[in-house]
Amino acid sequence: MPDTRELQGAVTLVFLGASLLLLPFLVSGCASEEEAEVAVAQPGQVAGEGQTAGAGEAPGEHVEVPPPPFSPGIYPCSNCHSVFPANPTRRTLGFHTEIVLRHDEEHRWCLDCHNAADRDWLHLASGELVPFEESYRLCGQCHGEKYRDWRVGVHGRRSGEWNGHKTYLLCAHCHDPHQPHFKPIEPMPPPIPPAETVGGSQQ
Amino acid sequence: MTVPRPENDLDLSRRKFVSVAAAAAAGWLLTSCGPKRLHDVPRDRLMERIREMEAKYAEELGTAVTVSDAGPLPGVEFAYALDISRCIGCRRCVYACVEENNQSRDPQVQWIRVLSMEKEGGVDFSDSDPYYDPETVPEEGHFYVPVQCQQCQNPPCTKVCPTGATWTEPDGIVVIDYDWCIGCRYCMAACPYGARHFNWGEPHIPAEELNTNTHYLGNRPRPKGVVEKCTFCIQRTRQGRYPACVEVCPVGARKFGNLLDPESEIRYILENKRVLVLKEELNTLPKFFYFYGT
Repeated sequence: MPDTRELQGAVTLVFLGASLLLLPFLVSGCASEEEAEVAVAQPGQVAGEGQTAGAGEAPGEHVEVPPPPFSPGIYPCSNCHSVFPANPTRRTLGFHTEIVLRHDEEHRWCLDCHNAADRDWLHLASGELVPFEESYRLCGQCHGEKYRDWRVGVHGRRSGEWNGHKTYLLCAHCHDPHQPHFKPIEPMPPPIPPAETVGGSQQ
Repeated sequence: MTVPRPENDLDLSRRKFVSVAAAAAAGWLLTSCGPKRLHDVPRDRLMERIREMEAKYAEELGTAVTVSDAGPLPGVEFAYALDISRCIGCRRCVYACVEENNQSRDPQVQWIRVLSMEKEGGVDFSDSDPYYDPETVPEEGHFYVPVQCQQCQNPPCTKVCPTGATWTEPDGIVVIDYDWCIGCRYCMAACPYGARHFNWGEPHIPAEELNTNTHYLGNRPRPKGVVEKCTFCIQRTRQGRYPACVEVCPVGARKFGNLLDPESEIRYILENKRVLVLKEELNTLPKFFYFYGT
């Protein structure tokens, strides 16, 4: 028994002695840790620069938006529409048959968004003309909350730099304006259960 | 602190005290002269180490790999937010992460796990399914909670590491030095999110799929027997870029930015949206937030 006691005492002493003797080392150790901090990477730009946006503006000058997702060969619309008279009546279309309107269709028809006089433009409820590149202003008339979130980068996908140049998508890049509900997609494969990986049957 | 007084039968002379204490000090000094972790190694030694590492990778993998030692940006603390009202469970993020971060394809290692849950049950881990595989997602009546390292401010994992191989960087990223990891997996037991993954076998990555833009504390190729996890794509984010999972998400559910920047997306979310963290009651203080965008 005295042996174990002695051992216990010695262990206590080791800790005591060590902490006493090492105090200066520990303090200096902390300091050198800071000194040795590795080099700082080059920051892209000042944070938050890309996020200033006034009403009706694009989300910021540091933001790049890809061109609107037109069906191939369809734009400019005026190529054809300049020779057809505008027909505002609800009907089965003879052309653009791929368009199925599922977007509050009971209250809306083509010329509520597309400009009748010059089909290369959209128009707001006020009659103000809006190019396809700024179609988000049209969407934002009804979806104000989403528009606000999109402008600050909370709705929709952004890519690029978190503190600098960003790429946005227009509403129409993800939501077909005529059928805006997001379509289901095929999932990527599920993970392999542990029993079938290492320790299981695979290896 | 009071010092326990030795019993009378314990013969402790001053000589014994001094010699034992000196031995302890010498032992400490000797061990501290060994290999260093990234944060306490002198810069020239670190560069030497990185060049050795790059040469080794070039030889083993047959392709030039760059290993960055980019440090934390001043005034930056990273945070992440995921919109669970948008996530459709498509797992694009899982595979973008695997490719970006050089996770082993066989045996399979994935840092992101997407859990399918029933809307009626709410967020309930005991009734969640990571193996869902329908024709299309989202499934009726389900929502999805992708889980990866929560980059806790109070991380249980770093506290249990016996070698100091894992720690929190000043920008909030919890990192692992694979050279220091001894594979004891205490951190995996400590993590309440299942976010740490062990290389049970020799990792295999097809040479043409290797991401050669790597970071010392991130996606550099790992050996068998070490633990790895999400690092907020440290090799990208310290260069100002978004993490790979943010850029790939088809529904834009993933948001990332600087918590200290009042103009950042992340601050907007925290200030304006309904936000939750997983297992809040454990006081891990995650910097990975979940929110409802709608």
